Amino acid sequence: MIIISRLLAKLTGIVLAILVIATINFTLVHSAPGDPASVIAGQSGATDEKFLADLRAEYGLDQPFLVQLGTYIGKIARLDLGYSYRQRRPVTDLILERLGPTLMLTLSAFFLSLIGGVTCGALAGLRHGKWSDLAISLVALLLYATPVFWLGLMLVLVFSVQLEWLPAFGYSDMRSDSFGPLAYAWDVAKHLFLPAVTLGAIYMAVYTRLMRSSLIEVAAEDHVKTARAKGLGEAAILRGHMLRNAALPVVAFAGLQVGAMVGGAVVVETVFSWPGLGRLTFDAVTARDYPVLLGLFLVMSVMVIAVNLLTDLMQRLIDPRMAVN
Amino acid sequence: MLRRDFTKLILASGAAGMAGGLNPFGDGMAYAQSGNGGLTAIIQPEPPILILPLNQQIPVGVVGGKIYESLLSYDFDLTPKPQLAESWEVSEDGLTYTFKLVEGVKWHDGAPFTAADVVFSCDVMLKEVHPRARANFERCESITADGDYTVIFKLKEPFAPFLLAFETSSAPIAPKHLYEGADYRNAPANDTPVGTGPFRLAEWVAGSHIRLEANPDYYQEGKPHLTEIYYRVIPDGAARAVAMETGEAQLSQFSDIETFDVSRLAELPHLELTTKGYEFFSPVLWYEPNLRREPFNDVRFRKAMMHLLDRQIIVDRIMFGLAEPATGPIASTTKFYDADVANYDTSVEKATALLDEMGLTPDASGNRITIHHLVVPFGEMWTRLAEYFRQAMSAGGIEVVLDSTDPGGFAETVSNWDYDTTCNMLYQFGDPALGVARSYISSNIRKGVMFTNTEGYENAEVDRLFSEAAVQTTEEARQELYSAVQKILVDELPVLWMTEQKFATLHDTRIKDLIVSATGVNANFAEAHYAS
Repeated sequence: MIIISRLLAKLTGIVLAILVIATINFTLVHSAPGDPASVIAGQSGATDEKFLADLRAEYGLDQPFLVQLGTYIGKIARLDLGYSYRQRRPVTDLILERLGPTLMLTLSAFFLSLIGGVTCGALAGLRHGKWSDLAISLVALLLYATPVFWLGLMLVLVFSVQLEWLPAFGYSDMRSDSFGPLAYAWDVAKHLFLPAVTLGAIYMAVYTRLMRSSLIEVAAEDHVKTARAKGLGEAAILRGHMLRNAALPVVAFAGLQVGAMVGGAVVVETVFSWPGLGRLTFDAVTARDYPVLLGLFLVMSVMVIAVNLLTDLMQRLIDPRMAVN
Repeated sequence: MLRRDFTKLILASGAAGMAGGLNPFGDGMAYAQSGNGGLTAIIQPEPPILILPLNQQIPVGVVGGKIYESLLSYDFDLTPKPQLAESWEVSEDGLTYTFKLVEGVKWHDGAPFTAADVVFSCDVMLKEVHPRARANFERCESITADGDYTVIFKLKEPFAPFLLAFETSSAPIAPKHLYEGADYRNAPANDTPVGTGPFRLAEWVAGSHIRLEANPDYYQEGKPHLTEIYYRVIPDGAARAVAMETGEAQLSQFSDIETFDVSRLAELPHLELTTKGYEFFSPVLWYEPNLRREPFNDVRFRKAMMHLLDRQIIVDRIMFGLAEPATGPIASTTKFYDADVANYDTSVEKATALLDEMGLTPDASGNRITIHHLVVPFGEMWTRLAEYFRQAMSAGGIEVVLDSTDPGGFAETVSNWDYDTTCNMLYQFGDPALGVARSYISSNIRKGVMFTNTEGYENAEVDRLFSEAAVQTTEEARQELYSAVQKILVDELPVLWMTEQKFATLHDTRIKDLIVSATGVNANFAEAHYAS
């Protein structure tokens, strides 16, 4: 019973938080000058009063602000994200069709950066002070200092324009509907490679540095000395006594970074014409497509919560002590 | 480093040669070109919908122009050509327009196209949803069908450019059987565009591409020649240039390729550049002062600004040759242009003399006055125009503060007259009565509405000349009135005309007869084909 009531309390907290977030978002996006009707009119080359009034009436923008807010919160409560002003389709549909590509991109980048970062960091930490440590640390520092869009353009330059190995942009070949399932997966994977590397690179650099210093710290701990004293081989010490401890802060930190990664996806998706949520967000902002924007905020917060759960789970796998607490 | 430098770097190294050799990804990236007679084009931004009667933003016009049609198309000199109307007659008094429609035309859903569709579109639906069509067709006393293949438009008073109202995006004909009695903006029919055009929608993968396929029942025998058209959404400017360079895309239009990239891409052997096909639009670009505010309400200040600006610099350094200096409100590519108007040469002395005369004397740092400039948020060209404006004004002691905004904020601010100066570019739609008068006549000062007389210019003589010129039926009479109005406007400078803009269309050299009319890339591409 206690568990259930705790769970209920937690759920109520989440729901309340979401409602507060939705209200703040709604107020913020409506406080900027201009509305979707003026954007559409401003890009049509000609317009008149009736056109604007019709659009505003259709979108409910002629209603007082509080009425609009009330309507919106009411819809959210019924899990209805509303209708896109601009594309005249349900927001849920728009988000769902873009969710797959974004999940694929961010998750690939997430695991790529995590696995790559932990590996490189471990290598550097083990060879602490040697030239390979220096080389890895230097590359990590360079990657960390590189702007995402510049890295993207450089990768396109090398792998698409010069070497012609990988496509420069897009999600799949346009004629991919005629491909078999395997060829299709291969095609998408090729398109995924550059954006995932671009998005993951900076985080990989961060994790490398974290893992390196964390491993150096762990190496100095008593239990490692004990293990060495009782005659364990270096490989066994690394596997059994160091890696898990050292990886903990990295994984914890990675969980926190996911939100930022979803944000970084906007740039990467634009550079690589990747049809994901990031670009949908960008388009929705410039078009003042409030329902889409608010729906996206909501979905992204859910995504961040989900990934945080995932990292929690990973931490428990790595460190059984956490399950006890 | 600036982003454009990277673009150049990327493209330059691409041109420098392809490193062949080992490819760990197996198959060489033989860049996918639409084989077997198709065309791959760029579209940017992605159109929100394809229902052209409901939305006339540029990308909707480009893609929708293949799906929908209107009664007429126009030659490069704006002479009407048949489309859904095979012939037409204008009565002696200029009041009755009779169109004979092509017989045997079918909508994409198989239903027959008849005069009833035209009457429904022009008299009912477009009047409700399409601002430009509304302005044109409200001039009609009646729009009626005579049988299935004749439509008669009776005007309340003559309107000289009425034949230009039947361009595809000005009056896209919609299917009556799908829209009659519906709530047009929320009609179920909006899920799939149904037109009479040579291409129909096959697939739309949001964020990726739109695929149009040839309409097998198109009414012109043997057309279209292209089997399909892919419109790829490529949001990044550098990626668009790469796509054209590698052949992944075969057609770019309007401002898809940044002006600084155009000439370099045009030199590639597989690409052809044309600036034809925008005659119907013929945009004129200007700096726009808000005449309600000081000091812009003083013509001497506007003349001083004009003397500080050098149109040739804009043409050479910002447009990279993709423009001509403008001399006044009417583009030289349309009818009734008159070059015989006042000329404002670039002269800091003349400018400062005018400013001195106004009593705007420089302070210790040489600054006479500080004004604001609202930067147009539609890409790099506009940012540069704002920067150039600031630089040019500073020579005369006018300090310019640049204000940034986004598209929504821009339309809101300008249409509600809350700016000092900004920049704007308006289409002329083939005739001064359609695309020029609107920016200067006092009856078109309408708060909250974009593309009106936003600067707030009022001159009774200008109003009279424009309204008389619209109803004259002979070209000579109209020319006389428009010549007079151009003189007055250039003397009074309601806005500072800078350039007649050109747009670059780059396309695969193997594709012929792609640009065949004054609406170029917005036309239906029925005639486009590969060189045999």
